[in-house]
Amino acid sequence: MREQLLSLIEKNSRIGISELAVLLGKEEIDVEKENKKLEEERVICGYHTLIDWEKTSIEKVSAIIEVRVTLQRGQGFDKIAQRIYNYPEVKSVYLISGGFDLMVTLEEKSLKEIAAFVSDKLSTLDNVLSTGTHFVLKRYKEHGTILDEEKEDSREVVTP
Amino acid sequence: MRNFLSDKVTQIQPSGIRKFFDIVSEMKDAISLGVGEPDFETPWHIREEGIYSFEKGRTFYTSNSGLKSLREEISSYIKRTQGIIYNSDKEIIVTVGGSEAIDIALRAMINPGDEVIIPQPSYVSYAPCSSLAGGVNVIINLKNEHNFKLTAEELEAAITDKSKILILPYPNNPTGAIMDKNDLEKLAKVIIENDLFIISDEIYSELTYKGKHFSIATIEGMRERTLLINGFSKSYAMTGWRLGYACGPENLIKQMTKIHQYAIMCAPTISQYAAVEALKNGDEDVAKMRESYNQRRRFLLNSFKEMGLECFEPFGAFYVFPCIREFGLTSEEFATRFLQEEKVAAVPGTAFGCSGEGFLRISYAYSLEKLKVAMERMKNFIERLRKS
Repeated sequence: MREQLLSLIEKNSRIGISELAVLLGKEEIDVEKENKKLEEERVICGYHTLIDWEKTSIEKVSAIIEVRVTLQRGQGFDKIAQRIYNYPEVKSVYLISGGFDLMVTLEEKSLKEIAAFVSDKLSTLDNVLSTGTHFVLKRYKEHGTILDEEKEDSREVVTP
Repeated sequence: MRNFLSDKVTQIQPSGIRKFFDIVSEMKDAISLGVGEPDFETPWHIREEGIYSFEKGRTFYTSNSGLKSLREEISSYIKRTQGIIYNSDKEIIVTVGGSEAIDIALRAMINPGDEVIIPQPSYVSYAPCSSLAGGVNVIINLKNEHNFKLTAEELEAAITDKSKILILPYPNNPTGAIMDKNDLEKLAKVIIENDLFIISDEIYSELTYKGKHFSIATIEGMRERTLLINGFSKSYAMTGWRLGYACGPENLIKQMTKIHQYAIMCAPTISQYAAVEALKNGDEDVAKMRESYNQRRRFLLNSFKEMGLECFEPFGAFYVFPCIREFGLTSEEFATRFLQEEKVAAVPGTAFGCSGEGFLRISYAYSLEKLKVAMERMKNFIERLRKS
């Protein structure tokens, strides 16, 4: 039930427990227990809303930053990552393979603020060797959802 | 001018679905639950393979029986799902949908006067295709109390010395019924005793919700008297690609290939290349779609339970087949009023044979959101009927 429950609420976290029970063919109480367990184990880390801010009056600028770091004794990647992800403007931090080490995504109100964050906060960290900033120009797909997709049913209305 | 039309063809009734389609299509904002095809688009990697084939200029005929690589994939698919081995060169033919396979199989086997046993409610093509081929149709009216399964007793009662072919349509459209190993073994005994040949239409084989599909061809002594029909439409959401296949004894496939060769030439080439990709890398897509259908199936059954509407639990395809006898309306009256008063279209059971009277086919090839709205409306409608 665990995997089925997760894949069901991954796309729609607003389905209530009683409906989940119907869809999964389980008892409500069992679904509730499992859900609680998943939250406690931090398998479920949160319930978020996918918003296309472009369509609102609120200005948001995002950037993806490649960060190359140097490791010091007693300080692994986790420690450096933590220093970076503690900033609230940092949306995500990944340790990655390839040409650089950490990939950081940032969200701010303006280009200027992002520039300031990179030059004042990120680049000045002792462990950071270099950064490369990429501004996001347009979002097409996020969390597996195509943002501007209008689905219409093009099937015939009745078929055998 | 004299009448140029064939008596045989003019005597065939147009599909009951068609009649209902005309009523629905006049209704602008109706929610339809009447569709017999998946709501999912063909998975992208399969579509991409089709595009790639166009780009590579694979725009020619294939061999009559279909691409060799596709027949090989079909053979290995049936081996891994059912454990039966079909020779990809001699025992498999790729057709234009499962429907073509039904047609040419009947044409390849029927001599005038041969009886074809057709359990109903079932897909609309069997009886007309058999009639066109000169067959005499013997209809078995399946029963709600048997969960619309075909029982050995019902089959036995339909057999005469002219009986030749039995059509076995499971998982079933429109009832959603399935037949398990145990059911089929009882049937197989009668089939072998009476020397019948089976056309097993297993187009919904990937859409079962109670264990894996079991093909009658796997039962001892059945492989040589079974034509297994399947296709890509339902399992991989590829209805518009028009691609199906049939597997069976070499002598039958050989005759079917002749008809196919003269009437069709070959199934669409692009579709065949895409289907190779579907069989190679499509298992996960099928599993995902199956899980979605299953959730919707449970949702509908639960809604019926809450409404107090009688419905056996179907474990196959993407249809539920609730009983509407309590309202004292015919299926057609019920469906028409449901459409006019609540703007929801569901197909009257009678479109699939007389024994569908008193039932409604509701398809769950729709998003949950849509099904929720439709069930709200159904509840209103039923409550109103019960009060009046």
